[in-house]
Amino acid sequence: MTLDPERPIKFSATHRLQWEEAQQKTVILYPEGMVELNQSSAEILKCCDGLRNLADIVSELELKFATSGLHNDISAFLEVALNNGWIQQ
Amino acid sequence: MAGYNNKLTHITPPRWLLAELTYACPLQCPYCSNPLDYANYKTELSTEDWKRVLSQARKMGAVQLGFSGGEPLTRADLPELVKHARELGYYSNLITSGYGMDEAKIVQLKTAGLDHIQVSIQASTQELNDHIAGTASFEHKKQVAHLVKKHGYPMVLCVVIHRENIHQMSDILAMAEELGADYLELANTQYYGWAHANRDLLLPSKEQFEQAEAIAQAFKEKVAGKMKIYYVVPDFYEDRPKACMNGWGTTFLTIAPDGVALPCHSARQLPGLDCPNVNDYSIHDIWHESKAFNFFRGDDWMKEPCRSCDEKAKDFGGCHCQAYLLTGDMYNADPVCSKSPDHGVIQQAIDAAKAATLAADEKPLIFRNSKNSKLMEHAHNPD
Repeated sequence: MTLDPERPIKFSATHRLQWEEAQQKTVILYPEGMVELNQSSAEILKCCDGLRNLADIVSELELKFATSGLHNDISAFLEVALNNGWIQQ
Repeated sequence: MAGYNNKLTHITPPRWLLAELTYACPLQCPYCSNPLDYANYKTELSTEDWKRVLSQARKMGAVQLGFSGGEPLTRADLPELVKHARELGYYSNLITSGYGMDEAKIVQLKTAGLDHIQVSIQASTQELNDHIAGTASFEHKKQVAHLVKKHGYPMVLCVVIHRENIHQMSDILAMAEELGADYLELANTQYYGWAHANRDLLLPSKEQFEQAEAIAQAFKEKVAGKMKIYYVVPDFYEDRPKACMNGWGTTFLTIAPDGVALPCHSARQLPGLDCPNVNDYSIHDIWHESKAFNFFRGDDWMKEPCRSCDEKAKDFGGCHCQAYLLTGDMYNADPVCSKSPDHGVIQQAIDAAKAATLAADEKPLIFRNSKNSKLMEHAHNPD
């Protein structure tokens, strides 16, 4: 599966993204499994609301963290997320 | 509670909680992981007890929650417990035979906050499914699987594999695809409890395993991206033991129907652990201070060949229940390991199963029900 840069991205309805107080981490929960996320991955996934596409997410995070040049990193991570079923288009 | 925590071993918090709500079950699967003498444990925790347990474990960091049994649907308070679990932030799973499930209940549990449902099916044909389950249940299970899907749950299908159904592997996979399973758990039987008692009749040959595994592997590649397959390995045909429970007292916490806390769901059979009850202690004290949960933490307990083994941090010596069942000593290395001096017992088990296949007067499976449970208990502890 390849990410379509134009289409909006939505976090999977059959997974759950949740902050875990005990672990001080955001995690993805799904049947029989849990993935612990680092902060940047968590920030990207939180933007996957079914309205924004890749470019929207990149500009939002670049603005939020007052930086630039995030496109390649975000695109690569979303590609992984898509292939793991964490997000849908 | 007297402190059995020696403070030398770093204790990680529980992540997975298995709540065995009841031993009651309308099915009679001969590989059930409940204890052989389950009929002796008649008391069940109350709704308030379970809520307290869920709250205490969640506070420590448990997040994956399995409602299991027996058949958890036999508990009338299941929706209330599911709701409580959701409010606490658990990701909860109902592990069910499907017996007693209907569309109204599926909707009710979804509203209460249940995250997913794992339905077990015993075989790909009605005749064999109903024989293994000891109950006519095949068509209803398929309906339940459809309803699970219809109401937006991730659908997890679980099939326990053994000699009676391993030849159906291709058909089982086709059935999972037809039912639209998102996850398929192909669980090669683990030989504890009832499965241990029925091992001669359940353990397939190595050739059968290899053939079935090759079929499953090819299917896994075919459905990649659509269906996720969890393949529970048949450890009798491995060189190294499984890293049982991800390490004793590191990740998993099981609470039995009567409130006994167990480091793994088979640990009840191990001698001298004095497993604590949630009626007497908090989950925090049980996890940190109890004798049972500290028993096999770290590696001080190890004997050779584990003690000096360069793989001990990988598999922790394997499974203590298996060491106990097959060698009589729970401190021994899991005999599945080819480095174990007792490794020969595995081949003996394989040979005995093969001999039973060829025997003209094959003995019948012992089905899991209260009558047999009482008989088995009496056979083990004659008075």
